[in-house]
Amino acid sequence: MGFKILGRDDITTESVRMVVAAPFVARKCEPGQFVILRLDERGERIPLTIADFDRGAGTVTIIFQKVGKTTYHLATFREGEEIRDFVGPLGRHLDLGKIGTVACLGGGLGIAPIYPKVRALKAGGNYVVSIIGARRKDFVILEDEMRAQSDELFVTTDDGSYGLHGFVTDQLKLLLEEGRKFDTCLAVGPIPMMEAVCKLTAAHDLPTLVSLDTIMVDGTGMCGSCRVTVGDETKFTCVDGPVFDGHQVDWLEAKARQRRYHPQEREAMEKFETERGTA
Amino acid sequence: MAGKEREKPAKKKVVEKKYPMKEQPAAERIRNYKEVPYGYDVETAVKEARRCLQCKKPVCIDGCPVEIDISAFVLAIANEDFAEAIRVMKSYNNLPAVCGRVCPQEDQCEKVCVLAKKFEPVAIGRLERFIADYDYEHNIAPPTEIAPPKDKKVAVVGAGPAGLTAAGDLARMGYDVTLYEAFHNTGGVLRYGIPEFRLPKAILDQEVEYVKSLGVKVECNMVIGKIFTIKELFNDLSFEAVFIGTGAGLPRWMKVPGENLIGVYSANEWLTRINLMRAYEFPEYDTPIWAGKNVAVIGGGNTAMDSVRTGLRMGAETATIYYRRSEKEMPARIEEIEHAREEGVVFNFLVAPDRVLGTDDGWVRGMELCRMELGEPDESGRRRPVRCEGSQYEVECDMVVVAVGTYPNPIIPEATPELEVTKWGTIKVDEETGMTSVPGVFAGGDIVTGGATVISAMGAGKRAARGIDAYLSDK
Repeated sequence: MGFKILGRDDITTESVRMVVAAPFVARKCEPGQFVILRLDERGERIPLTIADFDRGAGTVTIIFQKVGKTTYHLATFREGEEIRDFVGPLGRHLDLGKIGTVACLGGGLGIAPIYPKVRALKAGGNYVVSIIGARRKDFVILEDEMRAQSDELFVTTDDGSYGLHGFVTDQLKLLLEEGRKFDTCLAVGPIPMMEAVCKLTAAHDLPTLVSLDTIMVDGTGMCGSCRVTVGDETKFTCVDGPVFDGHQVDWLEAKARQRRYHPQEREAMEKFETERGTA
Repeated sequence: MAGKEREKPAKKKVVEKKYPMKEQPAAERIRNYKEVPYGYDVETAVKEARRCLQCKKPVCIDGCPVEIDISAFVLAIANEDFAEAIRVMKSYNNLPAVCGRVCPQEDQCEKVCVLAKKFEPVAIGRLERFIADYDYEHNIAPPTEIAPPKDKKVAVVGAGPAGLTAAGDLARMGYDVTLYEAFHNTGGVLRYGIPEFRLPKAILDQEVEYVKSLGVKVECNMVIGKIFTIKELFNDLSFEAVFIGTGAGLPRWMKVPGENLIGVYSANEWLTRINLMRAYEFPEYDTPIWAGKNVAVIGGGNTAMDSVRTGLRMGAETATIYYRRSEKEMPARIEEIEHAREEGVVFNFLVAPDRVLGTDDGWVRGMELCRMELGEPDESGRRRPVRCEGSQYEVECDMVVVAVGTYPNPIIPEATPELEVTKWGTIKVDEETGMTSVPGVFAGGDIVTGGATVISAMGAGKRAARGIDAYLSDK
């Protein structure tokens, strides 16, 4: 009795979109919240941002990048198959209301989670300037969707194969140097990207929110695996976040904590590949 | 005459000590997760049951939070009528195999046992475990009596000891019960907290199956407060009463520098990864864990003992407890402390960390500790630890588990503003009925008391089931 996958498509060679039947989660979820899923009896619990939802159809859309064992495994699931556990909605609902002009930066695997926030900001009457970036052109996702929900959209690629040659921060820097004014910045992506954004915006006194994707187990405040230092307080990403004031986050600590299972993650991935290869 | 019936034990010489229970040798068990005590065999159980004096006024029953008719089930074992023994047991307790293992009998039924005045008490806990295990093995219990359906829906939130007890009792009374659990599996602290070597998951699974067999519907992956509010349980899902047993699942921290270094775990994270997610079987199971070679555990309760003993089983070379009071004040069960000692755990008393020391890349390398002395008693009645300034010293360790207690889970109180809570975040209830400030909403267990025992949560679940029955009968 799991959660059925009703739709599935590869949006790039490394990103997959899935529409999952989860009527109770769909009924309640809001932009900024996430689910925790577990694929099977031996699976780990991983958090994924709710990218979209349809209350009428009772579905929740997740978009994920294949980065480790569980996401590679999930990518092998086909339409009609079931995800064993799918818990949510978790985390705080991000309700920014009307703030004015907002710069929204999504880097790599951060594009999917920033999309629902962009949509909410736009619906809330804000002027949205979005900047999305990826390693190269074919890894840029949700470009059309982002364009439809943004007043302006900029694209950057690390290798210059599309849009501005550089990082999302380079684009933001250009805009700030041109004298563009923003009331708030929202950044979602890998930690080094969010840290770089915060460094830049701090120099411009631009308030910046980030959405953290920390390692979790339960997702309900029980274990503290996801803890992060914000200002001088320890916060739990699962129940206090996932959105925090980026200028207050202790990035050095966050980076170290995010790396802590790297050897095990590699081991699990190698085992998965071997088993797939011989299957 | 009554005197005649009691004749038999009186003319026999009293056996002064409990019959011993065989255990897995310490050197062997620290390399596996198998249960430590093996339990009584039939012969030993019957002999132990015959030690019972069958007191006219069995005070042991007053010592039991779920009011089991102890003298009756012990007598049935003594008479080798095991079906009767389990019938009596299950008419009071839905989780006897759990209680027989994790209850602090030495502070409850066995503490007040009349034999204990001069000798060792009857091993009530071991007999409880024996009869529960015997039943699971031989399936002798007569079917549980279930009242005719009442056609009234009750929601129970949290499938831990309080929730399982309330749900089971309500189902027997004829209510239509749905048990909601946030995790992907039932049991609450019995599954995520208590290790396999103290409470095998197979035993817990059997107890949960029993509760389900009473008609309780279990729905996992449901974080009540998030997916449905309490109000929605009434209005949208037409429940007529709700029991909240969501526990004290929030870790308490020491609030010292270095606590977020890598290698510092809350006891909840350390134990949940291992017990619920089975990280000890990584990579067969996907959840990773990092286990240290020199493990330091801060705290003196059962959770600290579970954490430190798990550290040994995960391959630690040294496993050390640091506790800020003296051995006398340790809240852990004596049996757990003894087991830990046998397994080679080192105890340091009257000491507390001032900081956790880290390497340049953010991993734990040690702690700076401060010695303590005991001052005046605090509100708990235990003498308060006082710092000895200037006594600081450093120790080396590569992993720290913080097991200094828990806070009540705030998800439901936060989502339910009409629910009255104390300044500690626990839910206020009427002690007799378990009803909260919101009519029809009941609560019990650690969410009401703060971190306490499995059996006290079960007692609260039992009282609340009665409270709910009274409330719905009047309605």
